[in-house]
Amino acid sequence: MARISLENLRHSYRERPQADADWALKRLDLVWEAGSANALLGPSGCGKTTLLSIISGLLRPTEGTVRFGERDVTLLPPDARNIAQVFQFPVVYDTMSVYDNLAFPLRNRGVAKAAVDARVREIAALLDLESTLRQRAAGLTADGKQKISLGRGLVRADVNAILFDEPLTVIDPHLKWKLRSKLKELHQRLGTTMIYVTHDQTEALTFADQVVVMNEGTVVQSGTPVELFERPRHTFVGHFIGSPGMNVLPATVDGGVARFFGLAVETSAPPKAPPPGARLEIGVRPEFVHFSDAGIPVRISRISETGRHRIVETLHENVTIKLLVGEGEQVPAERAFVRFDPAFTQLYADGWSTR
Amino acid sequence: MDTKTPNQKAWWLVLPVVVLVAFNAVVPLMTVVNYSVQETFGENVFFFEGVKWFEQVLHSERFHQALQRQLMFTFLILAIEVPLGVAIALAMPRRGPWVSVCLVLMAMPLLIPWNVVGAMWNLLALPDIGLLGRSLNAAGINYNYTRQPVAAWATLVAMDVWHWTSLVVLLAYAGLSAIPDAFYQAARIDGASSGAVFRYIQLPKMKRVLTIAVLLRFMDSFMIFTEPMVLTGGGPGNATTLLSIDLVKVALGQFDLGPAAAMSLVYFLIILLLCWIFYTVMTKDEVQ
Repeated sequence: MARISLENLRHSYRERPQADADWALKRLDLVWEAGSANALLGPSGCGKTTLLSIISGLLRPTEGTVRFGERDVTLLPPDARNIAQVFQFPVVYDTMSVYDNLAFPLRNRGVAKAAVDARVREIAALLDLESTLRQRAAGLTADGKQKISLGRGLVRADVNAILFDEPLTVIDPHLKWKLRSKLKELHQRLGTTMIYVTHDQTEALTFADQVVVMNEGTVVQSGTPVELFERPRHTFVGHFIGSPGMNVLPATVDGGVARFFGLAVETSAPPKAPPPGARLEIGVRPEFVHFSDAGIPVRISRISETGRHRIVETLHENVTIKLLVGEGEQVPAERAFVRFDPAFTQLYADGWSTR
Repeated sequence: MDTKTPNQKAWWLVLPVVVLVAFNAVVPLMTVVNYSVQETFGENVFFFEGVKWFEQVLHSERFHQALQRQLMFTFLILAIEVPLGVAIALAMPRRGPWVSVCLVLMAMPLLIPWNVVGAMWNLLALPDIGLLGRSLNAAGINYNYTRQPVAAWATLVAMDVWHWTSLVVLLAYAGLSAIPDAFYQAARIDGASSGAVFRYIQLPKMKRVLTIAVLLRFMDSFMIFTEPMVLTGGGPGNATTLLSIDLVKVALGQFDLGPAAAMSLVYFLIILLLCWIFYTVMTKDEVQ
C-alpha cells in the first residue's frame, strides 16, 4: 500500500506533440493518499484510461514522474510495480481453472506451492469464489470473471493499489450493485488504495471518498462527492454530476452584483471583478432553486415526473431554469417567481468558478 | 390440453432444399454407389456384382500403398504448415502500414490456380534448366525429382507448404487480432513470460480458427490431385501416386468403373471418418 503521486505529468500518443490538442493528458499533478478509495470520473475520451495505464505502467508518460510512496516508479514495468488492475472486459485465462487463474501471478514469481495454495484459498474466500475453484474459468458469468481478475491482483502480498477501469460495464444491472458493494467492503477490509475509473457518476460518487473529474485531458476538479455537488469548480462538473445537471445562466456583473437579465442574483461570495471580456454565467443546481413570492419571474413550460421528484422546467426570456420539486409541494399553474439559494449559487467566468 | 390444429403443409417449404441437395449431392453419389456394385463390359450392359469391388479395394496392395502415401503426405504438410503458419502469424506486425503489405503477400499464393502452381514448381525444380534444380546441383546436392523418390517428395511437400501455409497464417492472424489488448496487459501485470502468454492466451484464443485451419488443410491435402499430377504425374514409378491420382488412373486410365466407384466411396468414407475424429478431438474440452 502506498501513496500515489503524479508530478508534472503529461502524455501524448504522438511522436512530436505540438498543438494543445496533441496531448491526451495535459499537465497534471495529483496525489492519492495511501488506503483511500478514489474515483476518476469523466466522459469517454477524456484521458482517464490513459492516466490509469500510466499508473499501472502499461504506458510510459511523455513527461513527468509517477511515485509510489517516495519511490520513483516512472520507468518500472507493470509486473515490478505490484499493482492490480481490473479491466473493462473480464480477463481470465480460459483454459485454466479458477484456482489456476488465481495462482498464476504467484507461480510466475516462483512462489512455493504451499504458500500459493494458502494464499489462493484466502483470496477465494474473500471473494466468495471457493465453490468454483475447480471449475474452468471460461464457464463463469461476467461478474464471476471480474472477481477472478480482481483476485489475480489481490493474491500478491501487499499490492500498492488496485485499479479499476470501468469494471461494471458488462455486468448485468441487478448484479452491479452487488459487485459494487463487494468492492466497497473489500476496501474497508483490506484498506488498499483503490482507483476506480468510470463515466458513471453514481458509481463514482457511491464508491469513492475522493473523486477526480476529468475533461479533455485535464483535471477539472478533485474533491469529495459533496464538494463536487455543492461547489462545482467548473460548469462542466455542474453539468456532468447531478441529474438533471446544474442550471447555467447568462450573467453580467454590475456594481459588484451578479445579474441575470438585469435582475440581481445573490451569490455565495460577492463576485470579484471578472477578467475583461470573459463569458459570465451563473450556476445553480435545480435542487437549490425554489418557487417564491418574489424574485425572477418565470413561465412554467414543462413538468416531468421522476418518481420521488418532479423536474419543473421554467422559462425566463427563453432561458430555461430547472427546479426540483418534492412530492408534497405545489407547482404554480403558469406564472411564478423563482429564487436561488445564495449559498449554492456561484458565478463562473469562462466556465471556471470565480470564488 | 393440446389445442393445435395438425397441419403438415409446412413440409412443402422444405422441398426446394430437398431438391437442391438431391441434385447436387445425393443423385451423383448414388450413381457412384450404383457403379460400385456392378460390372460392365461396355455397350451399357451391366451385371450385379454385390460387394466384390469393395472387397477387392480393401484387400488391394496397391490401394494400401496409395493410402499410406496419402497419410504420409497429409501428416507431413500438417506437421509443417500449422506450426509454421502460427509462427509467421505471431511474427507479423499487429498494426501499422506493414499489416496490409504482409496480408497481401500472404494472400498471393492462395490466388494462384493449382495447375499453375504445379507447372511453376515443375519448371523451377527441373534439374537441368530450373532455378531451384540447377542451384541445388551446382551446390553439390544430387537432386533430380524426376528420378529420385525422396527428391520428388521433398519438392511435392515444399510446393504444398509454399502454396497453403498462407491459409494457416491468415486464419491464425485473424485469431490473434481478435485478442483484446487487455489480455496482454493483464499478463504483463501478472508477470507472465512470453511463453506463458502464448500457451495461456494466444493458443487458446486461436483454437477455433486453428481447428478450421487443420480441417481445411486436412481435407484439401487428402484430396490433392492437380499439383502432384502436374509436378510428378505420380512418379517416379509410383513414389508420389497419392489416392486421388491412383483413383483417376483406375477410373479413366483403365476405365474400371466398378472398382473405381468402390474406391471413391472408401476414399470418401475415410475422409469423413478422419474429419470427424479431428473435430471431436480438437473440440472435446470446449465449454458449453
